[in-house]
Amino acid sequence: MFNTNLLWLIPLLPFTGFLINGTIGRKLSRPVVTAIALLATAYPAYIVATLWMYMKSAGAPESISIVSRPWIAITGFHVDFAFTVDHLTLIMLGVVTGVGFLIHLYSAGYMAHEDGYWRFFAYLNLFMFFMLVLVLSSNFLLLFVGWEGVGLASYLLIGFYFKKDSAANAGKKAFVVNRIGDFGFLLAMFLIISHFGSLDFHHVFSNIAANPDWKGGTLTAIALLLVLGAAGKSAQIPLYVWLPDAMEGPTPVSALIHAATMVTAGIYMVARCHVLFDRSPYALGVVAIIGAATALFAACIGMVQNDIKRVLAYSTVSQLGYMFLACGVGAYTAGIFHLLTHAFFKALLFLAAGSVIHALSGEQDMRNMGGLRKRIPVTFWTMTMGVIAIAGIPPWAGFFSKDEILYQAFVSPNPLGKLLWFVGLVTALMTSFYMFRLWFKTFFGESRFEASQAAQAHSHAAHTDEAGHATHAHGVHESPAIMTIPLIVLAILSIVGGWVGVPAALGGHNEIEAFLEPVFTSGTAEAVATVANHSLELTLAVVSVLAAALGFVIAFALYYKKPGTAAAFAKKAPALYRLVDNKFYVDEIYDAVIITPLLMFTRLFLGGFVDSGLVNGSGALAGLTTRGLSSVTRRIQSGNIRSYAGWLAIGAAAVMIVMLFGFWQH
Amino acid sequence: MNLDHSILTLLTFTPLVGAVLLAFLPDKGKTLQWAALAITLLTFLMTLHLPAHFSYNAAAGTYQFEQNIGWIDSPAIRYHLGVDGLSMWLIVLTGLLAPLGVLISWNTISERKKLFYIFFLLQQVAMLGVFVSLDLFLYYAFWELTLVPMTLLIGVFGRTDNRRRAAIKYFLYAFIPSAVMLVAVLWLYVNTGTFDIPQLIALATRHGISTNNAGLWLCSLAFLGAFAVKVPVFPLHGWLSDAVSEAPTAAVMVLAGKLGLYSILRFSFGIFPDQSRHIAPLLIALAAIGIVYGALLALVQKDLKKLAAYGTLGHVSVAVLGLFTFTIAGIDGGIYQTLNEGIGGAALFMLLGLLYERYGTYDVREFGGLAGKFPWMVTLFVITTLSVIGLPILNGFVGEFLVFSGVMQANVLHHAFWTALATSGVILTAAYMLLMIQRVFYGSLGLKSKSVTGWDLDAREHLALWPLILVMLAMGVASPYWMQAIDPAGVVLADETPDASQTPKAVYSVPGSNFPQQQFQEGGQR
Repeated sequence: MFNTNLLWLIPLLPFTGFLINGTIGRKLSRPVVTAIALLATAYPAYIVATLWMYMKSAGAPESISIVSRPWIAITGFHVDFAFTVDHLTLIMLGVVTGVGFLIHLYSAGYMAHEDGYWRFFAYLNLFMFFMLVLVLSSNFLLLFVGWEGVGLASYLLIGFYFKKDSAANAGKKAFVVNRIGDFGFLLAMFLIISHFGSLDFHHVFSNIAANPDWKGGTLTAIALLLVLGAAGKSAQIPLYVWLPDAMEGPTPVSALIHAATMVTAGIYMVARCHVLFDRSPYALGVVAIIGAATALFAACIGMVQNDIKRVLAYSTVSQLGYMFLACGVGAYTAGIFHLLTHAFFKALLFLAAGSVIHALSGEQDMRNMGGLRKRIPVTFWTMTMGVIAIAGIPPWAGFFSKDEILYQAFVSPNPLGKLLWFVGLVTALMTSFYMFRLWFKTFFGESRFEASQAAQAHSHAAHTDEAGHATHAHGVHESPAIMTIPLIVLAILSIVGGWVGVPAALGGHNEIEAFLEPVFTSGTAEAVATVANHSLELTLAVVSVLAAALGFVIAFALYYKKPGTAAAFAKKAPALYRLVDNKFYVDEIYDAVIITPLLMFTRLFLGGFVDSGLVNGSGALAGLTTRGLSSVTRRIQSGNIRSYAGWLAIGAAAVMIVMLFGFWQH
Repeated sequence: MNLDHSILTLLTFTPLVGAVLLAFLPDKGKTLQWAALAITLLTFLMTLHLPAHFSYNAAAGTYQFEQNIGWIDSPAIRYHLGVDGLSMWLIVLTGLLAPLGVLISWNTISERKKLFYIFFLLQQVAMLGVFVSLDLFLYYAFWELTLVPMTLLIGVFGRTDNRRRAAIKYFLYAFIPSAVMLVAVLWLYVNTGTFDIPQLIALATRHGISTNNAGLWLCSLAFLGAFAVKVPVFPLHGWLSDAVSEAPTAAVMVLAGKLGLYSILRFSFGIFPDQSRHIAPLLIALAAIGIVYGALLALVQKDLKKLAAYGTLGHVSVAVLGLFTFTIAGIDGGIYQTLNEGIGGAALFMLLGLLYERYGTYDVREFGGLAGKFPWMVTLFVITTLSVIGLPILNGFVGEFLVFSGVMQANVLHHAFWTALATSGVILTAAYMLLMIQRVFYGSLGLKSKSVTGWDLDAREHLALWPLILVMLAMGVASPYWMQAIDPAGVVLADETPDASQTPKAVYSVPGSNFPQQQFQEGGQR
């Protein structure tokens, strides 16, 4: 049996860790800080493991709910502190606590030389707390608590090196852009309250389920507003711009928050609300199109980036697009499946990239890497597993989940289904290309690191991408065991992680689909799955493997066989290259079209005309008129404020006399 | 001894006795500070009597801790005090802010200390009086009394040469509409023969105040006008940024918001329910605009105090917005937001005051990079910011959320637009507050922050700030504790009956079978 009260401990332990390290961590020694932070993550992971065992056992309920006190309670409306665990939550819990623990472990090595070590772990625990609340919540509002809270943790961690303007800027940008999404989320909740009178998932969804004739209309409005929220958190067009900048944070943060967990919250939310989305084909269509467009767009940008973390950042945006696409074609299971495998391989890729950066004392530019294969072998081999997994080569994890999404898009009733599949396929090719490009540039060819160091030392322009790491430059070195063990574990998961979802067409049992079936039964995904066409599925799988292989071949030709060809290409189409290299100038366009005009309007019109002119002008005018009325009043107002009270009394008396003696009659 | 019937008198006039006492104390060392601290702490402890002995099951529309004795027979003015869910927590808040105000002024006010603390205590008397009075005449006396000490605090203790102008501006802005309101007060008396507020409210619910519709309208506008300036409601905020920018920290902490907002609830809604409902669409529009307007202007300010002043405009606008929806969520949320504004605004102005104490400037361009030097200050600053921008599990969110959801529930189509406009404030508020944090605390050291050695919070400053921080957390996590007093008072003023709100106003009819009515009733009473 499982003591359901333990569920409260899952988020509360990391919160305790945050409180201890956040308040007295400064005075504690580093091993103590580490021990607290690790314990605060390990024990919840253990609870989740026992919970998993329990819920997999025969006769276990499909979901467990616990309710505590109300959080907000007014007449006619209340929201409780309440958690629900079903199989979807379970997968999320597993990812968050499992990957979270590994990244905590890694961080103990990675951050060992940083100032503010305690602060880092306090924030990291705070993040775990909010993320666990997010996935455990049984109502929209508590989910929103986690939603905003992870945003806060992200803000604090992106701005961890707060002395750098770029880091402070990136943190602020992440928070504000996410707030645009939250704006949508909030409006969606207001609509839900006014139509359902409650924010409880069960209440809202069972109401919808009980009324099969409810379609579109308000449900579409709610769904679209939720999509805006999800697009903010999961970095989709048009709100993806914060994620690449978020790479200013320490690399473990990028792995945990900006790849494996937080950014998938939008996908989790859409999946959680699948009952709602299924009733609005229009909203689902929007989700699918946003997803496919983001996947392609980000992959384009990712192909020309030179900063190793930025490549991975755009890759994350692109992969999240896949998950959006999956949800948009009603294949929630495929979306969650990809979320799971992506958490493994993308966390691995980021941590491995961090290990590379660590080895190179803070260097992040791939143009200054190369030839690292032999010098940091563990990092090389583990990262290779991640690269193959994301590129979509069987039997690594990414292949199965991505292929499932492509297949579902192809067979979906969406009229654009074939186009969506094609976009996904092209993206898969590009993904394979830019990942192998990264792989070749980092690990193969000539070593360019020493030369670049010498050049930098010569020009005294020390490269300080990660403040702490730049200061202790020494030879290229493999990372310590505390960092490589998480890499190895994640590498193994990146291989075998996909085996839970091997489709029947490839001789598997697709366990994850069966596992999630109780959650998504009422979805359209099931309807699609029943008409599964094995030969079609097999054909599509072959096509996508060919695409991945083609991506590898191109990267091999351009970056291994004849390095320099790519630069020649870029020279041939300079305008196009500049356009992509500058990320399609999206930031600049937002700045010119929205931010600058808004600030100009505020300064000139609101500040200059309305506030100084109308508001203060009319006030001053009123004052002048009063002053002008008689010299008596002017004398009062010219300074002797204390007599005001007297005037007030006299005035009051006068008015009272007039009134009481009936000079003013009705 | 049962304090219940005298507690309101005691707590209201303790600061007055204290002010008299202060006048006779020598201005030596820290004597005056300690005395003022003792008096305000004593007052605060007395205000805590109210929540401790408040009867949460009292019938709607009744008052507690009442004291009602004849004062003047003709005109019939009575010394009538009482408290209900609208006013109780505002009284406690006023009690809490006073000792913190003394602590924060400890070193900054070094000249004419005696005058300062006497005015400060008188200001507290006036504010407490406003909240406890249940006689219109008595209320008006306290209402006008709030003006005088504040004007003097601004005029005498302002930080620049502009202080006199700011003080006069504040006085005129507040005084002119208040004088007009006096006429309305007297008109009410002529028509009803009573100044007693519960009686007036009872008359109003029976439409028994006057049959002269035009007179009622003028009267209601006179009341609303005075309150709207005091809140302030956009575009009547002309006095705000000058007054905030000049006034010493302890005075700014209590400058805006709660007096006007409380008065709107008690008088505009109580005595003029029909007129208030008619004018609600206008006020909703002005409030929604005020939220965005305040936030946008805050975004472009270079002066930290002006930034906070425009921010204040945005935050009181949220409360106004909620009240005028006449929904339970809106009014409950509006009252909650009034408390939040008092707490968050006070903490913010205290922190800005501490920066000024160290660097002698509010110009944001001269700061930068302070996070490395003052870890505690940045921590409290960030928590305050998060409360102000409405991060869940801090108090600000509860109020904002209820207000905005109330607007959406008001069942009027164009409210969707106002909800969207007002809600966009959450983006802009985050933008200007985080921009401020960044410019003051992050990045490289600025001109002033480099050349002047400051110090992180000392013990006294910790003591002044932490109570507010803890209250923010408590009110964010355990809002029902406060709401149990506020909600019944809000329900009385709202349009919907509890029953009506339990059936969703959906375009679809929801089958009653799977609608957890039971759950709602429980929720309402907890």
